[in-house]
Amino acid sequence: MGKPVAMTGNIAVANAMRQINPDVCAAYPITPSTEVMQQFASFVADGKVDTELVTAESEHSAMSACIGAAAAGGRVMTATSANGLALMWEMLYIASGNRLPIVMMVVNRALSAPINIHGDHSDGMGARDSGWIQIYSENAQEAYDNLIQAVVIGQHRDVRLPVMVGMDGFIISHSIENLELLSDQEVKDFIGEYLPLYPLLNIKQPVTYGPLDLQDYYSEHKRQQAEAMKLAKPVILKVAQDFAALSGRKYGFFETYRLDDAEMAILTLGSSAGTARFVIDRAREQGVKVGLIKLRLFRPFPMKELQAALGHLKALAVMDRCDSFGAAGGPVFSEVRSALYDLSPHPAVVNYIYGLGGRDLGIAHIEQVIRDLQEIRQTGSIRELITYLTVRE
Amino acid sequence: MATLKELSKREELLAGGHRLCAGCGASIVVRQILLAAGRNVIVSCATGCLEVATTIYPYTSWRVPFIHSAFENSAATACGVEAMYQSLKRRGKLPVDEEIKFIAFGGDGGTYDIGLQSLSGGLERGHDFLYVCYDNGAYMNTGIQRSSSTPLGADTTTSPAGKVIPGKQQYRKDLTDIVEAHHIPYLAQASPHNWKDLTQKVEKALSIKGPKFLNVIAPCHRGWRAGVNQAIELARLAVETCFWPLYEVEDGKLTINYKPREKKPIIEWIKLQGRFSHLLKPENEHILRRLQEGIDAKWESLLRREGEK
Repeated sequence: MGKPVAMTGNIAVANAMRQINPDVCAAYPITPSTEVMQQFASFVADGKVDTELVTAESEHSAMSACIGAAAAGGRVMTATSANGLALMWEMLYIASGNRLPIVMMVVNRALSAPINIHGDHSDGMGARDSGWIQIYSENAQEAYDNLIQAVVIGQHRDVRLPVMVGMDGFIISHSIENLELLSDQEVKDFIGEYLPLYPLLNIKQPVTYGPLDLQDYYSEHKRQQAEAMKLAKPVILKVAQDFAALSGRKYGFFETYRLDDAEMAILTLGSSAGTARFVIDRAREQGVKVGLIKLRLFRPFPMKELQAALGHLKALAVMDRCDSFGAAGGPVFSEVRSALYDLSPHPAVVNYIYGLGGRDLGIAHIEQVIRDLQEIRQTGSIRELITYLTVRE
Repeated sequence: MATLKELSKREELLAGGHRLCAGCGASIVVRQILLAAGRNVIVSCATGCLEVATTIYPYTSWRVPFIHSAFENSAATACGVEAMYQSLKRRGKLPVDEEIKFIAFGGDGGTYDIGLQSLSGGLERGHDFLYVCYDNGAYMNTGIQRSSSTPLGADTTTSPAGKVIPGKQQYRKDLTDIVEAHHIPYLAQASPHNWKDLTQKVEKALSIKGPKFLNVIAPCHRGWRAGVNQAIELARLAVETCFWPLYEVEDGKLTINYKPREKKPIIEWIKLQGRFSHLLKPENEHILRRLQEGIDAKWESLLRREGEK
């Protein structure tokens, strides 16, 4: 059994990194992820890890150094948030295009302007097309567990893709929670030895990374990347299965709660699932048949699996902690809704944009969502497709 | 230090058949550097002529491990490779007797401008690598746009010699001075016409632990509007006019490696290059004068500094 501890999300994640003991970490501090690398720097300074720590002068250089280090042939990790992730943008695509399994903790935070240091998903969602696997966490335990699993997923021979693990800034990163840590040895055994593919450091077999790839080959390389994303799905499930055998904690592409017999459901991603579960329990007591689905995996997007899980519903509310200005709703909404299009009949799907810049999502807000779902269920029609929740209008 | 005979027998590590222009200064610079460095190097390279013309998939000219990731981060990428080397070496995962050196290449665009921060970070953190700027004085890869290394008065596609504004209005940035302010163990300016000086500087730099920097002039006949066969002559004249002094700073001590017996006026260099042709008009004489003044001031300051205790 794991060791019970009380830790903030950031410290839990830093401990996962200590146990993973990557070969190189290159990072640049940014709120709210700063504490992860701060704590990790102490582990380096105290000799608790053997990692080479590169304290880069920007996130762009941090990701560039991660790319160089990963191509050199070893295990590489970093952490960032918001504008830091935005500054890495160019390099995110280069990490995935070069098929380098870098693992990054993204402590999700709102993007400027106006500047705001609190939690929302605009950073991670903005990077959704960058070719990184994206896993989101509800709490510190999940962030810890997901980060350890991310290492094994990314390095798998069928995958070889970078992975970002998200957790909500401040709400999770700075709140102390009870969680269980695996032992150092268990983590070491679980992640195994890193096997580099085509390492630069093998000077006996020189390789060229990052060539000019024109009309005659680029499409095939991009197609291979798409294939790797597809192949990641069974790997993610297998890793989750192995992790459950080790920890007793089960993970999938998503988690459902009181969904099987539900007529209506709320879909969340990140920390708001806890509030939703609480309100759903109360609604259930009053006979309202509502359930929850918490999305863990956003890339690759589990389209087929969501169809199977949600097809029986009459109405579904998708919660987006991020806006996609001018789009057909928030990013999670547009993809979930698209996934359900093929079903006949398919549930009525509505979208709630909420919690931007760390705005609190309260019980009353979820109650409102459930009331709206009931109305859709009764009338069969949607009054508002996209609602801005938790906003003064 | 390797002799010409020894160098001539070494394996070419930048294979021929790449698509750099005939007479390109950069390829001569890189070839000399790799001859001096030998096989045990890993190269990082910024986006630019050198990278796009030597690595057209599925071909590569590099007989040593090579990584290009983006434009502004040749230094940071090299630092990442070097960090992994240090880590794996410490962990006993690499052969004990195998010593690897790291060279990052960038043009003046990737070094003076967009990559300055990445270079500065890498130097300050003390990574064990050699950064080489091949300086051709403009963004040649994208079609001869001005950089902060473009000389005063030069005609480029974004500082054209127009009817009102006669070419670039500013002096070039003194990057070698900026690098010197990082107090790294070794830095130098070099030129491919003086292969002996350049290769010795590479050998010396690679024998020193920590960050090193070489700024090497790399004439570009396309951008400079000169003859295809003039790269070496233009490099020589840049040195003879003291536009490009050959000097090095080792542990803070400055040495001028070459002093022209007779310092040639800058016009000798200018008149061979179409990018400066408008400066030969009488109304632009003041620009030529300013250019000469800038060169004189820098040369004087180097002489003064060398004489200091």
